[in-house]
Amino acid sequence: MLAKRIIPCLDIKDGRVVKGVNFENLRDSGNPVELAKLYAEQGADELVFLDITATHERRKTLAALVEEIAREINIPFTVGGGISTVDDVHILLQSGADKVSVNSAAVRNPQLIQDIADKFGSQCLVLAIDAKEADGEWLVYLNGGRLQTELILFSWAKQAEQMGAGEILFTSMNHDGTKNGFANEALNDLSQLINIPIIASGGAGTMQHFVDTFTTGSADAALAASIFHFKEIAIPDLKQYLHQHNIPIRL
Amino acid sequence: MITIINYGMGNLGSIANMLKRIGHDSLITSKPEDIEKATKLILPGVGAFDNGMQSFNNLGFSSILNKKVLEEKVPILGICLGMQLMTEGSDEGKEAGLGWIKGRFEKFAFGEDMKMHKVPHMGWNKLKQVKQSKLLEGYEETPRFYFVHSYYFKPSNQADVLGTTSYGIEYASAFEHENILGVQFHPEKSHKFGMNLLKNFAEKY
Repeated sequence: MLAKRIIPCLDIKDGRVVKGVNFENLRDSGNPVELAKLYAEQGADELVFLDITATHERRKTLAALVEEIAREINIPFTVGGGISTVDDVHILLQSGADKVSVNSAAVRNPQLIQDIADKFGSQCLVLAIDAKEADGEWLVYLNGGRLQTELILFSWAKQAEQMGAGEILFTSMNHDGTKNGFANEALNDLSQLINIPIIASGGAGTMQHFVDTFTTGSADAALAASIFHFKEIAIPDLKQYLHQHNIPIRL
Repeated sequence: MITIINYGMGNLGSIANMLKRIGHDSLITSKPEDIEKATKLILPGVGAFDNGMQSFNNLGFSSILNKKVLEEKVPILGICLGMQLMTEGSDEGKEAGLGWIKGRFEKFAFGEDMKMHKVPHMGWNKLKQVKQSKLLEGYEETPRFYFVHSYYFKPSNQADVLGTTSYGIEYASAFEHENILGVQFHPEKSHKFGMNLLKNFAEKY
């Protein structure tokens, strides 16, 4: 049976790991390569690196960091942040990333999804969606949650699947940073609608939250950051807990 | 020295890195003359079947590899798309495979009642060993490997099947026929389980 995946996410700025609460007030919490190695050793199933550096040097520094990560870890990893062209994807995959995650650029130019999938295969394309619920509607946000669009989470996810996205990484902005659990209802609705793996993100606070998102949320994978970085939950403990709760997991 | 065949499909550095970590040198190459000299080969790859086969043929690899593998019996390990190219073909494309292992790849197709099985099959899954092999020595528990694929192998000869994986159906996820080995999963991304498998290939073949 396919195991549910636990994915620590490392937000990177200028080569360091940072994590914001509700996307603001970033705090530095470590060296990305060291942290990545530690997580791989502890049993993380994949890693996500999200680069939020804004300078024009970022492309070069990110590629160098990806190369270093690829040398040091031997589990799959995804790189995202500011990817807007097929060329960006090419550089990152060439540097050793297994997958890329695309967010705002795909909303602005949905054709990008198809272009990446055609060139490199759907397996390497994670479509990241940040969405917030208000008045019963899940609206998609861009630019790290700063810009609201008219797009509805569900129709956008469906369209992305049809255009060749290989996975959906759905972050609920209502839940992110709250530590009150994942957006399981929306996750489950999404899972009924699309047939590609869904990564739940935003809201992890306890080990039970992971059980919940894999059962009631029907998520294929769960992503979290600060609870791992600040050692509130250790990955080996989490995996034991999931195993005891009959969640298929790689121990 | 292990020769890793580069035909432009996917990142090969992670395989070289893992081999290095377990103490084995490797050479990533696109040159037929390097393949000519090889004593052990890895055929990796990620991507679509026809793209893979076409770039493979454009680089002139087929005849040299047929000689190395079928006549000289040099050990070769196919990984993911590399495994697929070793067979007769795939429903994903029109190109003929190398045909070393009899059988073809078909797409995972699940009905409404099996909807929880998403395609691609992506993530960590178990390999159930079905015949003795040096490749799978040293595992104290059923190993889990990292998979990403939408097509699965239907072998013509059950005797070739080395291991199976369950994903909606039980399918052949590893084969071994004389010097020809293939795995659908990615040992280079499968942490300690993958490291052990590559170590076995490097040291026992």
